[in-house]
Amino acid sequence: MSLMNLTAVELGKKIKNKEVTVVEATKAALDAIDRNEEKIGAFVTVDKEGALKRAEEVQKLIDEGKLDGPLAGVPVAIKDNMCTKGMLTTCSSKILDNFKPTFTSEAVINLEKAGAVIIGKTNMDEFAMGSTTETSAFGATKNPWNTEHVPGGSSGGSCAAVAAEECFYALGSDTGGSIRQPSSFCGVTGIKPTYGTVSRYGLIAYGSSLDQIGPIAKDVTDCATILEIIASHDEKDSTSVKREDYDFTSALVDDVKGMKIGIPRDYFGEGLDSEVKDAIRAAAKVLEEKGAIVEEFDLSLVEYAIPAYYVIACAEASSNLARFDGVKYGHRAAEYDGLHNMYKKSRSEGFGPEVKRRIMLGSFVLSSGYYDAYYLKALRTKALIKKAFDDAFAKYDVILGPAAPTTAPKLGESLSDPLKMYLGDIYTISVNLAGLPGISVPCGTDSKGLPIGLQLIGDCNKEKNIIRAAYSFEQTREYKHSPLA
Amino acid sequence: MANIISDETIEYVGILAKLELNDEEKEQAKKDMGEMLDYIDKLNELDTSGVEPMSHVFPTNNVFREDVVKNGDGREDTLANAPEEKDDSFVVPKTIVG
Repeated sequence: MSLMNLTAVELGKKIKNKEVTVVEATKAALDAIDRNEEKIGAFVTVDKEGALKRAEEVQKLIDEGKLDGPLAGVPVAIKDNMCTKGMLTTCSSKILDNFKPTFTSEAVINLEKAGAVIIGKTNMDEFAMGSTTETSAFGATKNPWNTEHVPGGSSGGSCAAVAAEECFYALGSDTGGSIRQPSSFCGVTGIKPTYGTVSRYGLIAYGSSLDQIGPIAKDVTDCATILEIIASHDEKDSTSVKREDYDFTSALVDDVKGMKIGIPRDYFGEGLDSEVKDAIRAAAKVLEEKGAIVEEFDLSLVEYAIPAYYVIACAEASSNLARFDGVKYGHRAAEYDGLHNMYKKSRSEGFGPEVKRRIMLGSFVLSSGYYDAYYLKALRTKALIKKAFDDAFAKYDVILGPAAPTTAPKLGESLSDPLKMYLGDIYTISVNLAGLPGISVPCGTDSKGLPIGLQLIGDCNKEKNIIRAAYSFEQTREYKHSPLA
Repeated sequence: MANIISDETIEYVGILAKLELNDEEKEQAKKDMGEMLDYIDKLNELDTSGVEPMSHVFPTNNVFREDVVKNGDGREDTLANAPEEKDDSFVVPKTIVG
């Protein structure tokens, strides 16, 4: 058993017990990166020197008794859309290929306070726009289970790094499924918390009303532990929510007796791969056998979530990405004619095709004459979707379904048909529209050996329900390490 | 395709989005946007009369705090990211042409 096979919490214990030093753990992660990066391409930046220096500092603080949290000294990878002071933060875009933030995002600060060692920044779809990590300006990340397949996206680098055991855990962000879908494809566990639970300060915005940072790790215990650390009420994020409970690890209980679990019939229709369907049904059966009350129901409106999402997310993106103008940071065109031409040229050279597509659509749906028909219509649809979930959670503690309709597609298969790629987010997107927490946990593999993820959705601020259900399910199976681990 | 995007519309959206597309990109954008709008038109199947648009799932209010400087002078680090800088300022092309 290699050090890198450990979960984050297991390593944290070994560090605390002086069985492993922080430098040893950091070196093990950096060695794994040296071994695997050529095959996987999970990282945009690896900060070898910084990580080793930090490891020594953290070890000292642990030795002095100043740091004793569960993740003190554990190396972590951060998705490259979270600002890290002085460390390149690119959003996997050419327009930010030389950007070094002057501040660190709140979620990362919370990790640092808990003794995290940041080893690098992970690859992603450009500005988190995509479902495969192929829209990155720095090349695609590959799936550690089969390098001919995508890792999913947009947090594909973070999920691949965890699955290939190049780090012990990672942070991702989820706007329409960007933590849960790649977690499913890479056979790891990821949580998208309730909107407002983790501060978005320092997260480079895509769709501000939907974006949420969350943990990606080998198991539910790690994810609950990480979430407990990164969640905070932050006055620097006006949408940050002050929660009554932050003790997510208290829900790590192997007991689902009497828990009411609803399975939306609408999630099992056309487009769902039969092997995925069987694995999800089998997982529901496991929870039922453990004492949960499992029922099917009609959630409704499922097919309206994706069109509503693309209107809202693209509208917000077109506004958020207006800041990339070649003035204060990022790429500026070498030649231009006047101010407006400088903006246009810098942006056109700096953004990739998918980002341009979404900015164009967003600008269109917000333009006068179309605002009511598209943007307000989508916001009204969002209200109906939220209501459908409210009705469901009046009856159920947890909603169970797949995280994605298929396992990981092959590289190059998705980008040619954007609409088809968008449909892959059908089970995750409505969760963002309704602001709900969701988790993806591994529940099997298909005949090609690719992982399948079980998605559990909870009501707002009810992370503990999905953590308890996911933890209970997890106790019935062994964690499967990817071939590259 | 039900939604036909005209050259004028793409031109106009390009101005709003501050993007300069070449002819090939424009044709692709017309096709992509048309297809997306056809798909988005699915929302018209839903009766949303009387439904209030929901921008945020939780009630959001302005969050006020005292305007106290908490961060230090980050001028050097900030300007280090500037594509062009001079005398502690960002350099931009001439904005008023006289």
